[in-house]
Amino acid sequence: MSGHSTYQPKTGIERWLDARLPIVRLGYDSFVDYPTPRNLNYWWTFGGILSLCLASQLITGIILVMHYTPSADHAFASVEHIMRDVNYGWLIRYMHANGASMFFIAVYVHMLRGLYYGSYKAPREVLWILGCVIYLLMMATAFMGYVLPWGQMSFHGAVVITNLFGALPLVGPSITTWLWGGFAVDNATLNRFFSLHYLLPFMIAGVVILHIWALHVVGQNNPTGVEPKSKADTLPFTPYATVKDGFAMSVFLILFATFVFYLPNALGHSDNYIEANPLVTPAHIVPEWYFLPFYAILRAVPDKLLGVLAMFGAIACLFALPWLDTSKVRSMRYRPTAKLHFIIFVVACCILGLCGAKLPDDPVLGHFKTIPLGDADLNSFVWLSRFAALYYFAFFLVILPWLGLVEKTLPVPDSIASPVLSHPAAAPAEATAAPEMKG
Amino acid sequence: MADTAVGAKTESGSDPSRRDFIHIAAITAAAGGAAAIAWPFIDQMNPSADTLAMASTEFDLTKVADGQQVTLKWRGKPLFVRNRTPAEVQRAVADDSASMKDPQKDADRVKPGKAQWLVLIGSCTHLGCVPTFGGGDYGGWFCPCHGSHYDTSGRIRKGPAPLNLAVPEYEFLSDTKVKIG
Repeated sequence: MSGHSTYQPKTGIERWLDARLPIVRLGYDSFVDYPTPRNLNYWWTFGGILSLCLASQLITGIILVMHYTPSADHAFASVEHIMRDVNYGWLIRYMHANGASMFFIAVYVHMLRGLYYGSYKAPREVLWILGCVIYLLMMATAFMGYVLPWGQMSFHGAVVITNLFGALPLVGPSITTWLWGGFAVDNATLNRFFSLHYLLPFMIAGVVILHIWALHVVGQNNPTGVEPKSKADTLPFTPYATVKDGFAMSVFLILFATFVFYLPNALGHSDNYIEANPLVTPAHIVPEWYFLPFYAILRAVPDKLLGVLAMFGAIACLFALPWLDTSKVRSMRYRPTAKLHFIIFVVACCILGLCGAKLPDDPVLGHFKTIPLGDADLNSFVWLSRFAALYYFAFFLVILPWLGLVEKTLPVPDSIASPVLSHPAAAPAEATAAPEMKG
Repeated sequence: MADTAVGAKTESGSDPSRRDFIHIAAITAAAGGAAAIAWPFIDQMNPSADTLAMASTEFDLTKVADGQQVTLKWRGKPLFVRNRTPAEVQRAVADDSASMKDPQKDADRVKPGKAQWLVLIGSCTHLGCVPTFGGGDYGGWFCPCHGSHYDTSGRIRKGPAPLNLAVPEYEFLSDTKVKIG
């Protein structure tokens, strides 16, 4: 979308550099003069917030490694050393640990934004898939990072997740031994997790560059889902998007700081302050909050291999989404039925998250038994997670493909600017009076 | 090849089959070389020699009183050595004919004439948590993570685990000593 470059080197040194490495031109065309749809709402600022999260995690992570010891005998003690002895170690560790949660909050908002406004639809399929790749890399990175403090919960979390690969027929046991580098999660496992936890963020940064590149080729989607058609539909990135993203980042940093300074352990599990002991399992193993929906899907299926397949399938659905949604209308703003199902989908994901945090056999409502169905009582979290998981898959595999064929959509505006500029009668009075005064 | 006619015939592409052979041979050699150099990078992840060297241990059974269980760490995992009471053995044998997910006779899980000694890897066959003794519906082990119930022989009876608790390779060196692994 950058199109013809409008960059004019002003000084001699700029002209000299521009003829040799036009990097200032690249920055100018991508982040200053870049045309941005004029109707982007605040759901669109999470891309910038995510860049901030990645930078924060990289910087705090590189510093933590200067004090951390990747050894089964010393890892736990070195984290305590960071917390008690290293100058501001507590702050940097809390920024890193809570920063991971902030990263996932932002990525989930960013993904749901894309889902609602149809940002995965042609021509943005590759952009969407690159985003899914980033999400997968984030999951792997977060999981391996969580194991490094060598606490009870993180150690046994690693045992459970690596054992998932044992569900594969024939090769399962050899694969788990290979992943562990021994007969169980031990020092060798910790060391390779540490190595990969340091590597993967740089791979994420690489895919982020591809993601932004793909974004700048096809251009940003917008709440109407209509491509920009004229200059009236867009605004230059700077100052409009820059200032707006800066404001959103400031608000986001207030949330981040609230967790770091007032609730630093709210999102972690207290069992992780007990050193890992392979001979005793915590009574209830739960992953970090951002994995709970997938953990609930895993536990919803009574068969081990099928449970693993369902969990990975839940993520695979995201990759296939551009071809699962058959609707010609991009934004759900003009798709009333799809909008309703989207809201139920978000609720189903939240229910799955709740189920993942609870014991499967515990009752959902009160402490009474209803009818036993299969292996559990109907009034139990395992059955609730089954219903929610069923909706999760139905949304991708049945509802979206089917709705695209039968749904009666609302009229889509001709262009981004047209509801405001070309049809005064259809727009609110104050919008017609002074369109340029509106944010 | 010294006899090859000098001149027009030696031009590039003049002998297609010979050129194809060179292409195929070169690609094959490159693929073989890539596979050969990839293997050390894959195999380095497998258990190292010192890990494998620690793979076997000896244990003195006089440390386990009747009806008790001792947990050792073996290959990084818990190992249960259980001195079963006659009632537990009886219950395990009586259940041999019950319907099971991973059918196995109790006699196949212990050494002949040593039915009271049960040696198990204390790692749930579902996702590797450590089951605790004395819980569950079958008088054996119960896994707190995802609710698998094991009987007094360590066989899976209820819950998501697909297999019985594994019996490691072991042998009796004497009446009071076993070698595990």
